[in-house]
Amino acid sequence: MSFTGKVHKVGAHIDTDAIIPARFLVTTDTRKLGEACMEGLEPGWVKRVHEGDIIVADRNFGCGSSREHAPLAIIGAGIRAVVGHSFARIFYRNAFNMGLMLLEVGDEVKKINDGDTLEISPEHGIIRDLDNGAEIRIPPLSPMMQTLIDKGGMVNYVREQLKMRGEAE
Amino acid sequence: MAMTLAQKILQMHTDEEVREPGQIVECSLSGVLANDITGPLAIKSFRAMGARKVFDKDRVFLVMDHYTPQKDIASANQVIVSRNFAKEMGITHYYEGGCAGVEHALLPEKGLVKPGDLVIGADSHTCTYGGIGAFSTGLGSTDIACGMVLGRLWFKVPATIRVNIEGDMPRWIRGKDLILRLIGEIGVDGALYRALEFGGSALKDVDIEGRLCMANMAIEAGGKCGLFPSDDLTAEYCRAHGTSDPMRLSADEGAEYERVVTMNVTGMEPVVACPHLPENTRSVSELSDVTVDQVVIGSCTNGRISDMRDAAEVLRGRKVAKGVRCIVIPATPAVWRQAMDEGLFEVFSDAGCVISTPTCGPCLGGYMGVLGDGERCISTSNRNFRGRMGSLESELYLASPCVAAASAVTGVITGPDAL
Repeated sequence: MSFTGKVHKVGAHIDTDAIIPARFLVTTDTRKLGEACMEGLEPGWVKRVHEGDIIVADRNFGCGSSREHAPLAIIGAGIRAVVGHSFARIFYRNAFNMGLMLLEVGDEVKKINDGDTLEISPEHGIIRDLDNGAEIRIPPLSPMMQTLIDKGGMVNYVREQLKMRGEAE
Repeated sequence: MAMTLAQKILQMHTDEEVREPGQIVECSLSGVLANDITGPLAIKSFRAMGARKVFDKDRVFLVMDHYTPQKDIASANQVIVSRNFAKEMGITHYYEGGCAGVEHALLPEKGLVKPGDLVIGADSHTCTYGGIGAFSTGLGSTDIACGMVLGRLWFKVPATIRVNIEGDMPRWIRGKDLILRLIGEIGVDGALYRALEFGGSALKDVDIEGRLCMANMAIEAGGKCGLFPSDDLTAEYCRAHGTSDPMRLSADEGAEYERVVTMNVTGMEPVVACPHLPENTRSVSELSDVTVDQVVIGSCTNGRISDMRDAAEVLRGRKVAKGVRCIVIPATPAVWRQAMDEGLFEVFSDAGCVISTPTCGPCLGGYMGVLGDGERCISTSNRNFRGRMGSLESELYLASPCVAAASAVTGVITGPDAL
């Protein structure tokens, strides 16, 4: 299922302290974390975001700590997906496990302009910049990753699996 | 398709066809590990999932090793969470007190990991088991909880960097020197997300404990895992540790590597990593003016019996320099017992060392040898980040047990040849 959203571009090596500084780690509430999303990059950054928007990042997005609060803060801010040149390994896992979609596009990330509207079709692996007409093709999101996104993360996914087997509380 | 070791092992654990790096595959797990620090977080996620039982009570490993015996009230309370969970779930491999050892030394020693296994652990040094040809990697608490519940997890197939070790192994060169040299060459992010795969004609001269030490530090180059083939040495080790028929494993001829690094060890000098990153490496002889206040010989990197023997060989008939604390920490109860039976404790005691019970302790600045302001230590552990062993003003050097022991004798960083 494709969706559209407005682009907010960020640079390379955006680390987990930029995404959610340690002083905000006093909660695990997604919405509260979202209010401080990118606070370590630029105070008040999140004010520009509307529900369904998309972050477009340069290389190695999410490097640093293994805190699961980082993808939660992005989800809490209302971001639908992050399109990036590349992602740090632990952040990549944590994002999908928390239910945040990541799309790795390499150098083609340069084709996307800040403030444009993107149309993303994850199951076909197509990303379109509707303002400048650029099209990026990547391998389709794997079924496992799509399932994690659909279920809202790993905890819900496992809970559902257990319910189907009649093993959950 | 010709496969790397990483691809081969993942293929053994999934019904999907493993094709290329970057592909996501869902795999069945051979084992899931957590320790006293990370266990409670994973257990919290486990509860949130609504799970009532673990996928296999014989394949979830809980090792209370970081602060054992419990160093304070907080660490004691943490252990209670894991202990109660282990009781409730009927977990077979729960280790505490006199049964506990440093997790990554304990699991291979007890035969709980074998060649071809796929193991995840809530500890970044879970990659250690690559030393016996197991694909193992460190993950976050939600992943570990999922593993505990389902016994399955998704993996991204990593690209592989092949490392060939060639030449004649010098007398005092150990696995530790080789892995430090590699990290110095490729950097702390040189293997980011990738698998390291070791091979070459000199591999036969690196014993299994040396290989476990090298695989242990794959993460210090950013690697997902560090894999060795399962050969004659592996088979011998595994049989001695309870695996009757260990699988032979090697990469396919013609497997595709992202990069090939060759290290010629002929004439090589012992290597030391200087503060504050494992990639800041020097030859030991370049550091002969660096004084030390403390020496630590132990950890999941170098706390095994061969490490104890190396340290004892250097310390035999010698004394620890005045003003230096030398702390020896056998990694597991079995290593401790073996060291005692071989008379190594007599050597350490005569030299003036502190002999500790098994624990991670000082490696992460926990206890049992924490550094104060301005103090300097040479340690056989794996990380020398600022403040890792205590004060932010302290300095940490990393080396093999041979170099650490020789440095304890002189009070300055010294190679065993120079004694």
